[in-house]
Amino acid sequence: MITLTDVHKAFGANRVLRGINLTVPTGKSMVIIGGSGTGKSVLLKCVLGLVTPEQGRIEVDGEDVGHARGGADRDAFLARFGMLFQGAALFDSLTVWQNVAFRLLRGAQKLPRAEARDIAIDKLRRVGLKPEVADLFPAELSGGMQKRVGLARAIAAAPEIIFFDEPTTGLDPIMSGVINELIREIVVEMGVTAMTITHDMTSVRAIADRVAMLHGGLIRWEGAVGDLDASGDPYVDQFIHGRAEGPIESVR
Amino acid sequence: MKALAALGRLTLGALAAVGRAGIFAFATLGHLLRPPFYWREFGVALMQIGYFSLPVVGMTAFFTGGALALQIYAGGARFNAEEVVPSIVAIGMARELGPVLGGLMVAARVASSIAAEIGTMKVTEQIDALVTLSTHPMKYLTVPRVLAATLAVPLLVGVGDAIGIMGGFIVGVNRLDFNAAAYLKNTADYLQPWDVGSGMVKGAVFGFLVALMGCYHGMNSGRGAQGVGRATKAAVVAASVLILAANYLLTELFFST
Repeated sequence: MITLTDVHKAFGANRVLRGINLTVPTGKSMVIIGGSGTGKSVLLKCVLGLVTPEQGRIEVDGEDVGHARGGADRDAFLARFGMLFQGAALFDSLTVWQNVAFRLLRGAQKLPRAEARDIAIDKLRRVGLKPEVADLFPAELSGGMQKRVGLARAIAAAPEIIFFDEPTTGLDPIMSGVINELIREIVVEMGVTAMTITHDMTSVRAIADRVAMLHGGLIRWEGAVGDLDASGDPYVDQFIHGRAEGPIESVR
Repeated sequence: MKALAALGRLTLGALAAVGRAGIFAFATLGHLLRPPFYWREFGVALMQIGYFSLPVVGMTAFFTGGALALQIYAGGARFNAEEVVPSIVAIGMARELGPVLGGLMVAARVASSIAAEIGTMKVTEQIDALVTLSTHPMKYLTVPRVLAATLAVPLLVGVGDAIGIMGGFIVGVNRLDFNAAAYLKNTADYLQPWDVGSGMVKGAVFGFLVALMGCYHGMNSGRGAQGVGRATKAAVVAASVLILAANYLLTELFFST
């Protein structure tokens, strides 16, 4: 279970998070929605320790994230996570299989090279890519294929928690549908706790068990995905229907 | 008053930048001494920085050696001292021109490419991805490059010295009518091991500075193509200025009487 209590983060005068309170139950898929620049990515990065909040407490299964900021503790903490980045963030200098098996080729989870390659190819198959892709470089792949490789990398070391940062941004509707299905299948199949940030409502309905809306640095609404359409919150209503008029200013 | 305030801000900004770079350098040295060490990345960096810089350093040294021979001959002719050409070319290349010009060429080639590569990795979230994969970016990106440059540039300087002296020899024998055997004997008689050794020590310091500036500016790159461009430019400028400043300090240390 991931618990955020009164989390604050500012960049200079820009107070991005102003007291976030949120609980993501174990084994559930939480999707965080909200406009661009509302701090959704910052929230994920705070949980991972990539960004340090000024105030508040973040716990993963009761363990304070702040205590796992250095050394072996940090490695063990991060080993529990997988992350799919918005642009996939594949390493250009490594082949596809080396990207997927990155964690398996070094550190505490290091495996023999051949074994790591086999696992990588297996994970590539899981996300619908052929083994021939394994020896290509990321620059030789389409955007959709890069996202799949990023997904394969996120699940390669069998993490307990997976974060998805804008998983369908920049993809065509069909490829978005494929990625959404893959994410849902993987989350159910692996029984992981998932946190996804997106503004794609098709993704929300395909991936989420629960939904939280981030606006003005606060969690504006949180509930089951089935309750989204009847939230009764004008901000949520405007957002999910994509209306220009409403309480959310269209120019931010 | 406004001018003084601007000067104060500039000075404070410069001191803060020096402080940040200093902390980065100490952090790099700290990570160098603690495992894990990424040998594959070190090997790749050694090839990129050392082997692939050989042509540019070699050509620079060759033409500089040749030009140096012509200049010393023309200058020496004013007081009938043309015979000093072989010894001055050798000493000049080994002590000064080999390390400084070699260092500057490596700065142009390597600091820029390191800063652009790491800067691009930063803006495309590859550095964040490294962290989430339990890999410290300084250990994985900075340490291998800095160590490779510190070891490779002295060797490049040694090779550059030899090529520069050969450039002087070719010009001396073919354009200035020196006897080949006499030229080589003169070179060997006057060139001391410390002339070459001091140049290689300078090369090690310059290599460290070049890779450090490339990594520092790459890691601190701003967003977008403009941010990476600025980081690349800043890395080359900082590395070049630091090479020239360090060269003066090392020359004072090694040769001042």
